[in-house]
Amino acid sequence: MRSPDLKRWREPATWKEAAYDPGVRAAVFQVLLALAIAFLAYEIVSNTIENLRKQNIASGFGFLSETAGFDISQTPIPYSSKSTYGAAFLVGLANTLIVAFIGIAIATVLGFTIGIARLSPNWLVAKLALSYVELIRNMPLLLQLLVWYVAVLRTLPFPQDALALPGGGFLDVRGLHLPRFSLDSGGGILLAVLALALAGAWWLKRQAGIDREAGQTVPTRAQRVGWGLVIAVPTIAVAIAFAASSVSYPVLGRFNHEGGLSIEPEFLALVIGLSTYTAAFIAEIVRAGLQGVPRGQREAAAALGLSRRQALRLVILPQSLRIIIPPLTNQYLNLTKNSSLAVAIGYPDLVSVFSGTVLNQTGQAVEVILITMAVYLAISLATAAFMNWFNKRTSWAER
Amino acid sequence: MESGRTAGRRSALERTQEALFPTVGQSVASVAALALIGFVAYAFIDWAILRAVFTGSDGSACRVPNAGACWPFVTHKIDLFLYGRYPEAELWRVKLTYALALAGLVPLMMPRVPYKLPLALYLLAVFPVIAFFLLYGGAFGLPVVGTELWGGLLLTLVIASVGIAASFPLGILLALGRRSEMPFVRWASIAYIELVRGVPLVTVLFMSSVMLPLFLPPEVTIDKLVRALVGVALFSAAYLAEVVRGGLQAIPRGQYEAADALGLGYWRKMGLVVLPQAIRLVIPGLVNSAIALFKDTSLVLIIGLFDLVGIVQQSAQADAQWFSPQTAATGYFFAGAVFWIFCFGMSRYSAAVEDRLDARARG
Repeated sequence: MRSPDLKRWREPATWKEAAYDPGVRAAVFQVLLALAIAFLAYEIVSNTIENLRKQNIASGFGFLSETAGFDISQTPIPYSSKSTYGAAFLVGLANTLIVAFIGIAIATVLGFTIGIARLSPNWLVAKLALSYVELIRNMPLLLQLLVWYVAVLRTLPFPQDALALPGGGFLDVRGLHLPRFSLDSGGGILLAVLALALAGAWWLKRQAGIDREAGQTVPTRAQRVGWGLVIAVPTIAVAIAFAASSVSYPVLGRFNHEGGLSIEPEFLALVIGLSTYTAAFIAEIVRAGLQGVPRGQREAAAALGLSRRQALRLVILPQSLRIIIPPLTNQYLNLTKNSSLAVAIGYPDLVSVFSGTVLNQTGQAVEVILITMAVYLAISLATAAFMNWFNKRTSWAER
Repeated sequence: MESGRTAGRRSALERTQEALFPTVGQSVASVAALALIGFVAYAFIDWAILRAVFTGSDGSACRVPNAGACWPFVTHKIDLFLYGRYPEAELWRVKLTYALALAGLVPLMMPRVPYKLPLALYLLAVFPVIAFFLLYGGAFGLPVVGTELWGGLLLTLVIASVGIAASFPLGILLALGRRSEMPFVRWASIAYIELVRGVPLVTVLFMSSVMLPLFLPPEVTIDKLVRALVGVALFSAAYLAEVVRGGLQAIPRGQYEAADALGLGYWRKMGLVVLPQAIRLVIPGLVNSAIALFKDTSLVLIIGLFDLVGIVQQSAQADAQWFSPQTAATGYFFAGAVFWIFCFGMSRYSAAVEDRLDARARG
């Protein structure tokens, strides 16, 4: 594919010869392309300056410190209508990150479950998983978000007739109301015990490594104790913390449920829609990854007497992760980018708050859109870097 | 699967039993799956048929307690959903355009029909011109129908097909650029592809709708639909470029070298030897991109164009006459079914083409 023409470049004898020389042609072509791009950029910049001047729109990033003057319905960080546009930007960014993070967690669990179910020896289970994937993949995400928001969550009963959930929660047209645990004195104990358990498990894992090198079979006793610690100790800790903490239950007030933890329907619709949609794509990636592990590995696991579940967990899944992780990264990024559809259902994410309200109020389209795009680019690059690192750590050296 | 050899000798009941209830765990899974299927099927039939409203001339028929799907909403609005606000007297033009497209597309998609090259030329060169004048008018005595009147499925199809057609050559150029040995061309292509792929389509659409008019000289005005088309095509090209690049990388080195040995120049080498093979290799990826683009057209709702999803959403939310608790759900069901048929059809068709090409390659 790389022809050696460039390296053969030598001093041409005549102009005519130079015109046919591939090296000269390449250089001329590149200079022309650079000039065309520069001309395009110049045209765009000068036209934009001219247009902005005519429309009396300010330029520069000074607007970020001006008072925003509008309210935002969901503010994970302190914000009021007296805050600045810069603060509104941070609220939108925080909301985007929260939705992306929770959506990714749910989509991963759901996607792996459905992807594994696609290969189930049980015909019904496999076909059910296939139906899910084919149904969800072939409809626009925007439509699915609207279905969740307008057709499902907006048609829930009013707070007076809210659906009661087990454990003291409620679901109504205003969203999901859950009991809120506040860890007054229990919090410290919880964290301390958790840290202790993790440290213990880590130490035991190291011991297990030493045991294994000494020829002991897997799982070692140390490993079992470690897993016990990781599961049992936090459970006890949670119980202690639970006893020492206060719980506030949602109570029906005059117009809405008060107290407890309220999750707005916009957030719910966005998280449900994004994670169920992305899960269908993750399921196909997981299926392809599992099928990509050579058949012999499965047979070897069976020959060792491992059950199907053990073979999947100890032999197949760890190897298939190498195939799964790169496209999985893409799905994580897609989910994050797709969270920008929040603007259609009114969840105050970055695009909705910043490219929507702030742009309309200030008119500074160039700055606002550039900042928004820069944020998504930064998220993309950071995720790619993290996943590359992870990929490098988990991939096994070829013999 | 392993028992396939002996399956013929056993009864259907035995086979069912072996497939679904071999062990306790499998039986539990089967029962759970059956229960889930039964529940979903019952809920759907109950909503779509048993409790549904089938007749009525406005939403009042659907505003009864406990009503299911509101089908009259779809039957009364079907023209709006399919053609937007395109004037009724001119609807024949849209229908003729659809018919002309099918006349080219259907024989092209059927493997046994000959004349593939003339058909492809018709679809790529002749049909777009006819379609433009038919839909927009302004020539041959046809009155102009402004793009602000286009909507529904018509707009979805226009944006998707123009988007695919415009982004395909651009995507190929970007893919070639990314693998070029000229450093500036390579870096410019990489920068474009990575920048566009890193941002959501929503922001690209915002940019084309808000910033494109700023980029152009003040005396130039640019149609809202054209702005959306520019955004969609620029966005899609970056994704197509990566698909085509995969195909280019899969072509054995020998093919490039053979073309060099024949003395072919760069463009003839790529156009005659490499690209035809590369594109055939990545047909599934190209179809996936086309399906993604088709679904993504719904995002033009955000910049105020009303494609199928947008127009269903608008008439369910803004038409007080048809307001009822199930109006929106019924409309979404219709839009979802249309999208599903298109997208599922495309993916099945591409799988069939892939199988045929594989079979031919194997001989």
